[in-house]
Amino acid sequence: MTATTFPAAGNAANGARGGASLDGKAKAQPPANASPDAQTDTQFYLQTEHHPANGTLLGFWMYLLSDSLIFAVLFAVYAVVGRSYAAGPSGAELFDLPLVAVNTSMLLLSSITYGFAMLEMQRRRVKPVLVWLAVTGLLGCVFIGLELYEFAHLIHEGAGPQRSAFLSAFFTLVGTHGLHVTFGIVWLVVLMVQVSRGGLMPENRRRLMCLSMFWHFLDVVWIGVFTFIYLMGSLP
Amino acid sequence: MTTTTTAVHNTDLLDLDPPGHAEHDHGHGHDEHDDDHGGASHSTFKGYMTGFVLAVILTVIPFWLVMGKVLPNSNITGLVILGIAAVQIVVHMIYFLHMNTRSEGGWSLLALAFTVVLLGIMLSGSIWVMYHLNANMMPHTMQEMKNMP
Repeated sequence: MTATTFPAAGNAANGARGGASLDGKAKAQPPANASPDAQTDTQFYLQTEHHPANGTLLGFWMYLLSDSLIFAVLFAVYAVVGRSYAAGPSGAELFDLPLVAVNTSMLLLSSITYGFAMLEMQRRRVKPVLVWLAVTGLLGCVFIGLELYEFAHLIHEGAGPQRSAFLSAFFTLVGTHGLHVTFGIVWLVVLMVQVSRGGLMPENRRRLMCLSMFWHFLDVVWIGVFTFIYLMGSLP
Repeated sequence: MTTTTTAVHNTDLLDLDPPGHAEHDHGHGHDEHDDDHGGASHSTFKGYMTGFVLAVILTVIPFWLVMGKVLPNSNITGLVILGIAAVQIVVHMIYFLHMNTRSEGGWSLLALAFTVVLLGIMLSGSIWVMYHLNANMMPHTMQEMKNMP
C-alpha cells in the first residue's frame, strides 16, 4: 500500500513533469512488467483524476456563458420593444426605484456572503460555511420575495405581461432572472444538506465552487437588468 | 502518513488549498503548480472586500444619477450608467468570478472572449435588423397603403 502510493505522490508532486511522464507512461503501458506497472497504474489514476476536477469548473463556465446567451436574447428583445407601450403605462410610471435599490443591495450582499462561505471553505470549517450559505440563501429569498411583491403589485395595477410588448419583455427578462435565482436557492439548500452530511470533501468543494460561479453570474446579469431596464427605463 | 500525503494531493488537484495546508506543499515543492491554475490564490478576504466596495460604489452612482436627476440630459445619463455597468461587470468578473489569464490555462478567458464576440454580433445584429424591419415593413405613404396586398 505504502509502496505504491509514495512513488505516485512523488511523481505528481513534480507538476512540471506531469506532461512528460504521461508520454512516458503511454509507452510503458503495453509491456506488462511486474513492479513498474504498479507505479504507472497509480500514476494514471492520479493524472486522470486531475482533469475531471478542473474540467467540471471549465464545463460549468461554458454552461454559464451559454446561459448568458439566453439573457442576451431577452435583452435584445427588450431593447427592440422596450418602448412599445401600446398606450399603456411606461417604465417611468411603473418602476419603484427605491424598491429596486433594496433588491439590488440584497443580491450584492448575497454575493459577498457567498464569498465569505468560499473563504471558510478554504479553511475547511464546516459550520461557518453553513452559516454563510444560510445567510446567502436568506438574502436570496428576500430578493425573490421583493420581486414577487413587485410583480403582484404590477399585475394588480393592470400592468401584467399581456398589457403591452414592453411589459411582456419586462416580465420575461426579469422573470427568467428570478427563476434562475430561485433554482440557485434550491441548489444552495441541497448543497447545505450535502455539506452538513458529507463535510467539505473534494466533491462538495467542487459543487460549492460551481454554485459560487452560478451565484456571482446571476449578480452580473442583475447589473444589466437594473441598469438597462429599471434605471434607463425610468429616464424621461 | 500515506493517507495524509494522498489527502493533500486531492486538495491540490482541486486547486483549493487552505492556508493551513500550504506548508505541506512547500515540502513537495509544487507552488508553481498552484499558480498555474490560480484558483485558490485569488480567493482572499481582501479580494472579495475590494470587489464588494467597488461594486457598491458602482451601484450607488447610477442610482444616484437617475433618482437625483443629476444630469440635465437623459441621453447622457443613459450613456454614463451603461458605461458604469460595463465597469461593474468587469469588477465582478475579476473579484468574484476570479477571471484571469491563467485560470484553466487560459481556456476560460478564451471561452469568455468567444462569448463576448457572439454576444456582440447577436445583440447589435438583432437590434439593427429589428429596427430596420420595423421601418421597412411600414407603408410609408397612402399610395403604398392602397397597393398593399
